[in-house]
Amino acid sequence: MSLVHELDYGTPASRSEAQVTLTIDGRAITVPEGTSIMRASMEAGIKVPKLCATDMVDAFGSCRLCLVEIEGRNGTPASCTTPVMPGMVVHTQTGRLKDIRKGVMELYISDHPLDCLTCAANGDCELQDMAGAVGLRDVRYGYEGDNHVKARNDGVINAKWMPKDESNPYFTYDPSKCIVCSRCVRACEEVQGTFALTIEGRGFESRVSPGAHEHFLDSECVSCGACVQACPTATLTEKSVIAIGQPEHSEVTTCAYCGVGCSFKAEMRGEELVRMVPWKDGQANRGHSCVKGRFAYGYATHKDRILNPMIRENISDPWREVTWEEAFSHVASEFRRIQYQYGRESIGGITSSRCTNEETFLVQKLIRAGFGNNNVDTCARVCHSPTGYGLGQAFGTSAGTQNFDSVEHTDVVIVIGANPTDGHPVFGSRLKKRLRQGAKLIVIDPRRIDLVRTPHVEADYHLPLQPGTNVAVLTALAHVIVTEGLFDEKFIRERCDWSEFEDWAGFVSENAHSPEATEKYTGVPADLVRGAARLYAKGGNGAIYYGLGVTEHSQGSTTVMAIANLAMVTGNLGRPGVGVNPLRGQNNVQGACDMGSFPHELPGYRHISDDATRDTFEKLWGVTLNNEPGLRIPNMLDAAVEGTFKGIYIQGEDILQSDPDTKHVSAGLAAMECVVVHDLFLNETANYAHVFLPGSTFLEKDGTFTNAERRINRVRKVMSPKNGYADWEVTQKLAQAMGLAWNYAHPSQIMDEIAVSTPSFALVSYDYLDKMGSVQWPCNEAHPVGSPIMHVDGFVRGKGKFIRTEYVATDERTGPRFPLLLTTGRILSQYNVGAQTRRTENVTWHAEDRLEIHPHDAEQRGIKEGDWIKLASRSGDTTLRALITDRVAPGVVYTTFHHPNTQANVITTDFSDWATNCPEYKVTAVQVSPSNGPTEWQSDYDELSRRSRRIAGKLEAAE
Amino acid sequence: MNMRISAGELTERSLQIIRDLKHLEGPMLPILHAIQAEFGYVPEEVKPVIASELNLSRAEVHGVVTFYHEFRDHPAGRHVLKLCRAEACQSMGSDRIADRARQLLGIDFHQTTLDGSVTLEAVYCLGLCACAPAAMVDGEVYGRVDEHCLSEIVAGLSR
Repeated sequence: MSLVHELDYGTPASRSEAQVTLTIDGRAITVPEGTSIMRASMEAGIKVPKLCATDMVDAFGSCRLCLVEIEGRNGTPASCTTPVMPGMVVHTQTGRLKDIRKGVMELYISDHPLDCLTCAANGDCELQDMAGAVGLRDVRYGYEGDNHVKARNDGVINAKWMPKDESNPYFTYDPSKCIVCSRCVRACEEVQGTFALTIEGRGFESRVSPGAHEHFLDSECVSCGACVQACPTATLTEKSVIAIGQPEHSEVTTCAYCGVGCSFKAEMRGEELVRMVPWKDGQANRGHSCVKGRFAYGYATHKDRILNPMIRENISDPWREVTWEEAFSHVASEFRRIQYQYGRESIGGITSSRCTNEETFLVQKLIRAGFGNNNVDTCARVCHSPTGYGLGQAFGTSAGTQNFDSVEHTDVVIVIGANPTDGHPVFGSRLKKRLRQGAKLIVIDPRRIDLVRTPHVEADYHLPLQPGTNVAVLTALAHVIVTEGLFDEKFIRERCDWSEFEDWAGFVSENAHSPEATEKYTGVPADLVRGAARLYAKGGNGAIYYGLGVTEHSQGSTTVMAIANLAMVTGNLGRPGVGVNPLRGQNNVQGACDMGSFPHELPGYRHISDDATRDTFEKLWGVTLNNEPGLRIPNMLDAAVEGTFKGIYIQGEDILQSDPDTKHVSAGLAAMECVVVHDLFLNETANYAHVFLPGSTFLEKDGTFTNAERRINRVRKVMSPKNGYADWEVTQKLAQAMGLAWNYAHPSQIMDEIAVSTPSFALVSYDYLDKMGSVQWPCNEAHPVGSPIMHVDGFVRGKGKFIRTEYVATDERTGPRFPLLLTTGRILSQYNVGAQTRRTENVTWHAEDRLEIHPHDAEQRGIKEGDWIKLASRSGDTTLRALITDRVAPGVVYTTFHHPNTQANVITTDFSDWATNCPEYKVTAVQVSPSNGPTEWQSDYDELSRRSRRIAGKLEAAE
Repeated sequence: MNMRISAGELTERSLQIIRDLKHLEGPMLPILHAIQAEFGYVPEEVKPVIASELNLSRAEVHGVVTFYHEFRDHPAGRHVLKLCRAEACQSMGSDRIADRARQLLGIDFHQTTLDGSVTLEAVYCLGLCACAPAAMVDGEVYGRVDEHCLSEIVAGLSR
């Protein structure tokens, strides 16, 4: 094992098709037009010395180290800023260049500390490398005089020296080591798009400044780590590297946070993770990262992690640690007893979108083949199930149509019900980059998300709709496109069913769907809708990106269909730069859906009633499968309350915190006789569990995740599971205890079984993934290298289907008692229910959930910034602190759901999507009033949590 | 110009200036000049206002303000005397003039006399090399400055 080495070509690749041939140091090389001499040299295997250049950012030409001589040209131009020309003859090493470089390095080193041996970058320092490369042997200027290095010069305070900034929990900024190459500033601007850094002052005074001479933590910095990655010295260094030292080997793996699915190098020393560095060849992230994937992995070694299996008879008892064997045999006998006593349908399971495809496949296999029923569901139920249903209906596949690279070709972006800069930050950065290049932006969101206006990005249209009126606004957009003749008739005639289009066009053309008519209840001014519709229809390549603000509504599936209609009617499908792109919440939501986690579907979205599909699996597994769909999560809970559903195996999901109407969930769980929770931590659901099986992190297992662009990425094991077994092994051993003859030695064998049984994965294998890096399904005979863009020559289902989208207002309405609408979302530093990120330093940025409320609404209620307030709905109430902001419109309040003591889902109702039961998280009628402490529910719940987390023989962990 | 003003008024007057000028191409420098003309310096509190009006980050505004020595972070004296110290003026004896100025005013460069009447600044080229050594008093240029001329200027300023 060794470090995965990445070449730095110095400047970004040119996209030109035209080729140019030149000679560098006697070697002929052909490169695309527009390539820099530096990059061309690197491709020819010649490393020109450099400091300020790196291929993540544009050339800058400030370090004066990469100079070259070109025959027939005067002077010594910088190779990073000079593009290649045909027939050019370049020399990268001449007597003159050697002298210049040595002179430049002497100047750099004369104002740099000489503490290489004790420096954190020792062994990974480009300044050190360059000093070696140019043969620097002496610094004639000495180290006295003016400098930024020493706190005192001859006993006098040195005003130019600045102490280390250690305010960021993950990295330090040591100005004394800075060579002002401005790579960090440019990475922050070009890669991340936050513009949090600048060079202040000029000449010898210049230095890097976060914000306006602020600490990193107080500045606009979002801690994505791009600057740290770009820094050639120890100026910006991960605190983990300072504490541990340089890594000695690394593996490429996939981040386990959001659905972007960034590729990272996990850099290791032994079994200790030193740092996570984004991998430049990662096709989803292209070498970029966010604060979660890059830094927030500390939960893997957090003290709260449970490492031994535990059992208890009643949920009021303390936990008892047991051996794995005892745990498995206990679960097996309990499940068998329950099935004997209450019938085959009385148990079920939930697969996890956080686990690998292989693990998810095994859990649903255990349920279908072992439990003998189809009572399997997954957390996608509560997020993107409407996407699966809606896109399946319209196009024939339950997935996004594009890859992330597609955004580089987009001219008009519609972002609806998503907040990419917080929820999908790496995609957010790629989107912002495109917007800075001039693409237009339409944001449809009740809240003024960052993208609406953030440095160098401003939405052309922000449609601030009332929560719950998505369908009305989208149909109004379609109304404008159809009635103003902006549709793409050629595309529709070729690709879609014309008579269905005519029917749909007639429907949307009705006056009731005009922007003027819908304005009354959507709250969006008609002229904004008209302008946005014209822009999307006629502005070039139009792409729609959407998130849970679309799906988590009673009309979630209808909204997805309305989005599909918009894309079809404007011909925005089947090529780069367009499409319908669901931004998936979790790392493997797409994968969990693909792997047959839904009660009605076998892997590959094939209905359980389909005889041929069932036959495939029956032969493979040697069992008879039930042809009736099983219970969905809400149905399981209903059945539990009724007394017919008694046992559940929950892998890697905290349904108590993440599912709607917490009281109903807890009642369901409390009514069961054997709740098995398989997780890293004693999560909230585990308060109601009888058996706890410790889980393993993504660092501790092999497998694959499938991201939002259908990309199958490898997850590679870099350390042994602290709990003893990877999650797939736990499921396998449980299956064995239940009498199933499973014998997988490695997850690759599970993938082979998936490939054999599921046509869209036919060519996928670990060997193939190792060779290709990653592939996007479908990957089979017809698409051997995978499918970056779908529906290129026609829709999977044949003709694209236009579906009428009648707006039906949700039953959840505001009234005198509950006059405000609550909508929920995510924040950058935290992830989902926070089980992981709350156990990292990310709490520095977001230590508690806050309620965002408009100044008018706050004033009416006498609420001031930071006050404790009570948030009540028809379902329940909770307390949290207020954040007064005009990001939300009057009448709308907003909060996140990352912290269990807030329990925002105590508030949310049990209304759900008509087609898929996806809960209506995004609309709840509430009242807000001043408060002075936790509600009764919160106190009771705190007490319950404390009691249910006791482990016999161990001191209670202090919170 | 140098009177204390409240934070609210500062923001309001800055916003007025920014909104008058933000339509210009590359509006940041004209805005900063106008702000300095209004307040005598570029107050720290104005940077985020400019940033938000121009949809830039605080860092970017800070970077520009600190790059130009022209923009001050605190008010100057009632008069500003700038002496050119670039090559042409140096060759014509500007160092001697500079020493004399320091002596007459009793302050060094970038300092203000105790009575707040004069701030002494160095500049690097006023574009008046043909008439070196050159100086600038409150925006008005003087050529061929000798010690006598300097004494007159200083006497005029201190009055």
